[in-house]
Amino acid sequence: MSSPTGPAAKTERLLNLVLCLLYTRRPLPKSKIRDIVPQYGDAASDEAFDRMFERDKDELRELGIPLVTAEIGGVWDDEVGYRIDQREYALPDIEFEPDELAVLGLASRTWAHASLAGPAAQALRKLKAAGIERDGDSLIGIEPRLGTSEPAFEPVKNAVVGQQTISFGYRTGGQGEVNTRRVQPWGLASWHGRWYLTGFDLDRGAPRVFRLSRIDGAVSVVRKAEPYTVPADHRAQEMIASTVGEQEPRTSVVRVREGRGQSLRRRGTAVGTEGEWTVLEVPFSDPYAFADEVSGYGADVVVSEPVEVRDLVVERLRGAVRAHAAVASAPTTGGAA
Amino acid sequence: MSTPETATARLTRLLTMVPWLVNRQGIDTGQAAAELGISVDQLEADLRLLYLCGYGQMPDELIDAQWENGRVFVTNADTIARPLRLGRDEALTLMVGLRALAAVPGLGERDAIERAMAKLEEATGASAEAASRVEVAISEGVEAGLLADARRAVEGHRRIHLRYLVPSRDESTERDVDPMRVVNIDAKWYLEGWCHRAQDTRLFRMDRIESLEVLDVDGTPPAEAELRDLDAGTFTPRADDTLVTLHLGRGAAWVADYYPVETVEPGPDGSLTVTLRTADTLWLRRLVWRLGGHGTVVSPPELARTVTDGAAAALAAYGIDASAPSADG
Repeated sequence: MSSPTGPAAKTERLLNLVLCLLYTRRPLPKSKIRDIVPQYGDAASDEAFDRMFERDKDELRELGIPLVTAEIGGVWDDEVGYRIDQREYALPDIEFEPDELAVLGLASRTWAHASLAGPAAQALRKLKAAGIERDGDSLIGIEPRLGTSEPAFEPVKNAVVGQQTISFGYRTGGQGEVNTRRVQPWGLASWHGRWYLTGFDLDRGAPRVFRLSRIDGAVSVVRKAEPYTVPADHRAQEMIASTVGEQEPRTSVVRVREGRGQSLRRRGTAVGTEGEWTVLEVPFSDPYAFADEVSGYGADVVVSEPVEVRDLVVERLRGAVRAHAAVASAPTTGGAA
Repeated sequence: MSTPETATARLTRLLTMVPWLVNRQGIDTGQAAAELGISVDQLEADLRLLYLCGYGQMPDELIDAQWENGRVFVTNADTIARPLRLGRDEALTLMVGLRALAAVPGLGERDAIERAMAKLEEATGASAEAASRVEVAISEGVEAGLLADARRAVEGHRRIHLRYLVPSRDESTERDVDPMRVVNIDAKWYLEGWCHRAQDTRLFRMDRIESLEVLDVDGTPPAEAELRDLDAGTFTPRADDTLVTLHLGRGAAWVADYYPVETVEPGPDGSLTVTLRTADTLWLRRLVWRLGGHGTVVSPPELARTVTDGAAAALAAYGIDASAPSADG
């Protein structure tokens, strides 16, 4: 069988503890618990038992098991006992309709490929514990999925949900310098497929948005931090959209070679032709992102206006030529590739 | 599972498993294990452990677990016959997931979502408030009608005709597709199906579908059509693709996060040298032009030359001679 101190023995001990505390109507004193739960018999001394029991209580509470301490009264006036109230423990008896279970199943499977896959599946299993599911329960044809590939996701999510001040290294902008930020987390949101943290930056003294993929290294909870409240009107996605995203759209004029620039053609309006070129008006909001896109078309798309975007495109193309000067001029080694 | 399960993780699992089994007396061992997401060996080990536990150690106080003859019976487990309340992360996943679904345009189940949400809030109480601090938006840039049509075609096994934009080749294409699923990855919707033009399964980004027509033709995909494993993202390289080495300055380091690179070697200045495989080097050329010098093709040299030639041709369209020294450079 398993070793008396291994993980299996610990699971057994904790389960026996949960069972006897749920079963009892009156709070059980520690001495009685030690008699009932056989694994506590393995404790080498009273002190060892006390330490083990304290740890076990903490771990059960961390799992969300409502273990309470109460005075026993009567002859043992000053003694305390322990119990778990069944009504506090158990999931309320709620019946879900088949179509409700179907959407809950889809909500759960949304996380199937993310770090929260385990809790998501467990939650659904709990809701379905009492009901007999039928095969038609699942929604077919559609499959949303959330990814949480950023290593910082777990600790940041815990801090947001638990309202704990955190600090972390953060890579900024294009330069990639890392500096330490201390933040009171407000919200966590996935926006355009990326996770962002919103919160109050204690060092900047202002609300800020952080991209999780730019968090460098470990996220640590700041000890003895001042408690804080999340502003009641805070909407993480709105703050992210206004900080990271959308500026007022402007109009550019670009020349697109015959049959090329399909995605620009879809978004833009043709205003004329010049030989093999179509002249398009294309709306854009971020000149840098738009210049990136246009640069990707190489010689098939040429920006006429605005000059700002035109210059950004020229700068990118020049940069690409410069960066490859050494490699491209090197003599070809070996045979044909 | 790669890491061994902790004692407390196993306890929570058992506290969920017992009510589930109590309500399914006599369920087949293999079916139970599959639905509980564990192996049959693990299930039997769990049942052996349960058999030793009780609110006391007298025989009538112990849980009775039987699993001989391939059927599972769990009795005398009244104290834990109801599942534990939803934990914080458990409540969070369902509530955030439901809210994400509620925002999917054209999803017909809005009423069920609202009812499920209300019941869930009732069941979770305080966790609901914490869950509201996590938000997801998964439905940008797709029309409700398109999503609904695609889903209807999947459900009804109808063939569809697509006009589809292939940005990497800068082409608008026409094709018939037997749809297999509609899937959302990183906030973008994709339609996966058997493409009759390519004679292979293809993943189509829905915001690049110019038009979708559901045909009155059976669209059951051929037997060899297999859904691809999307865990590594939407891009699956093949072993015989070209191996490309890129040097990424700090301003282009994000590329390593966005594309499936095979190796990453960090440099002392925060730059990265990465390798990746690709069959189509056109998209890579486009990427390197966009990076504007922050990214350099190290090898193969032929690719580096096509990057330079393409950029020089583009500069010529602006009346700039790339071989002349630039004023700002």
